[in-house]
Amino acid sequence: MDRPVLSLSGLGRTFGTTRAVDAVTLDIRPGEFVGVIGRSGAGKSTLLRLINRLIDPTAGRITFGDTDVTALRGRELRHWRRDCAMIFQQFNLVERLDVLTNVLVGRLADHGFLASMAMRFTDAERTMAIRALDRLELAPQALQRAGTLSGGQQQRVAIARALVQSPRIMLADEPIASLDPGNATRVMEALRSINRDDGITVLVNLHTLDTARTYCSRIIAMRDGRAFFDGTPRQLTNDVVRDIYGTDGLTGFDEAVTSTRARPPRLRETA
Amino acid sequence: MAFEQDFARHRRRARRVFAAVSVVLAVLFLLTAEASNFFKITQVTLADGSRAERWVIGAGLPRLGEYIAKTIPDLGWATLGGDIATWFARWQIWAVLLLETILIAFMATVLGVIGGFILSFPASRNLAPNRWILWLSRRYLEIARTVPELVFALIFVFCFGIGPMAGVLAIGLHTAGALGKLYSEANENIDMRPLDGVKAAGGSWSDMIRYGAVPQVLPNVLSYTLLRFEINVRASSIIGYVGAGGLGQEFRTAMSYQEYTDLSALFVIILVTVTVIDRLSEMLRHRVIGLEARA
Ligand SMILES: Nc1ncnc2c1ncn2[C@@H]1O[C@H](COP(=O)(O)OP(=O)(O)O)[C@@H](O)[C@H]1O
Ligand SMILES: [Mg+2]
Repeated sequence: MDRPVLSLSGLGRTFGTTRAVDAVTLDIRPGEFVGVIGRSGAGKSTLLRLINRLIDPTAGRITFGDTDVTALRGRELRHWRRDCAMIFQQFNLVERLDVLTNVLVGRLADHGFLASMAMRFTDAERTMAIRALDRLELAPQALQRAGTLSGGQQQRVAIARALVQSPRIMLADEPIASLDPGNATRVMEALRSINRDDGITVLVNLHTLDTARTYCSRIIAMRDGRAFFDGTPRQLTNDVVRDIYGTDGLTGFDEAVTSTRARPPRLRETA
Repeated sequence: MAFEQDFARHRRRARRVFAAVSVVLAVLFLLTAEASNFFKITQVTLADGSRAERWVIGAGLPRLGEYIAKTIPDLGWATLGGDIATWFARWQIWAVLLLETILIAFMATVLGVIGGFILSFPASRNLAPNRWILWLSRRYLEIARTVPELVFALIFVFCFGIGPMAGVLAIGLHTAGALGKLYSEANENIDMRPLDGVKAAGGSWSDMIRYGAVPQVLPNVLSYTLLRFEINVRASSIIGYVGAGGLGQEFRTAMSYQEYTDLSALFVIILVTVTVIDRLSEMLRHRVIGLEARA
């Protein structure tokens, strides 16, 4: 498998007069674990939604290897979305459907109209879904309604859904912002395992600096829609942090919220 | 002091608004009353044979009593069984027509639910793929529910001939319009995040609807549907009046042959049927809601 680079060039999106994302240019190399930080309203979510093409850019281009992602339409666009899976802060599961069906939603991009309307999936797909759930230690809950699970469990279901998409890139928009420290650690460890063991590129928005420092090989800081800093955690000095979050920045976030001192539970490898 | 002045001003304004609304309502009442001959004076024949001028409502009310009296059958305690048998002498015909009535309502509800359900998604502001489809599906549902069943029935009897087929289509079309509107209102209140989730995973528009929206609105849809079935039984019991099948045709027969007691018998049949269906569907609805609450 060739491993293309994800390139954003001059990428921008305006909402009315707001420049949510403003001329962002960067390359994301295969296998990187990239954290995007910045205060609320900096444009982090918009950036991820642009990459997944949930929203269309008003300027610039996204390319993945030789593919012009911004030009994709119809079935090709749906396949792109499958290839760069997305995880949301609020999980975005269908609470009334069972966990297994929620995971199988990750297979819909390859389904025809009738099979999809009848909610018909192949045995191979179901096996794949159960495997993904088992990897996230949720196989026993497979037939439970997603809405009955705790937040941490729901987020892991969302990761399982992303896994069965067999993605090349995984985007996560503040995946731990509404979780307690223990669950936050489990989710971050799951993303780390996906990155290291499966070689999937991870691009994650984070609201806490210490999480970004712990897990990411590269940190991009956004401010007013622009990529304001791009470097290693080591290069992210206190001066830079103050610039990112403003003068009251260092009190603006709580380094303890997602304390990484809690022992991470071991993740099983997929067979 | 300031408060009292404020309060007084407030009171004055409230009184002015009240007076203005009263005047408008009074004028509207007079206009509609005039248009509907509410104040008309008619000539009536008194008991002694002389003619007199009377207000139309006063003159007509006694005749309502007369009419109802005519439809009440002669029932005596001693001969009750026989009297009822006479009252319901046409029961064999009526039983068949009642079954037809319920089947028309059922078929029409099924067709209407399918049509209304499918159209409710493009007709929802938050789900429509684009403005044109939203506009088109909304207008279609509007027309379907604004035109009364009886008008559709007249048209369909003309197209497809006399019989239950015309009734099914007429009530089905009206049902699609009415339910489509209700369903789309339920659609517009759903949580959009699950749909984003499906879309981000590569799902199509129909996948977003099927997996994201349908599970959220299903309980509402079931409840509206059962409610609609009751309404359709009422509609299908009268639609035969214009030849579109069901018990309605018997109303017409009874009136033209002046079989007044038949009218009351039919009325009793419909009352009982609608009541029974009403109760059954209420039980079902509660069960559905109960299931929802527990799951
Ligand atoms: N759908 C939208 N409509 C209008 N404005 C939006 C929309 N999405 C985001 N914005 C605006 O774009 C800016 C960036 O938002 P967002 O990407 O959500 O920031 P972050 O995720 O960093 O908090 C904000 O000013 C926000 O108000
Ligand atoms: Mg955000």
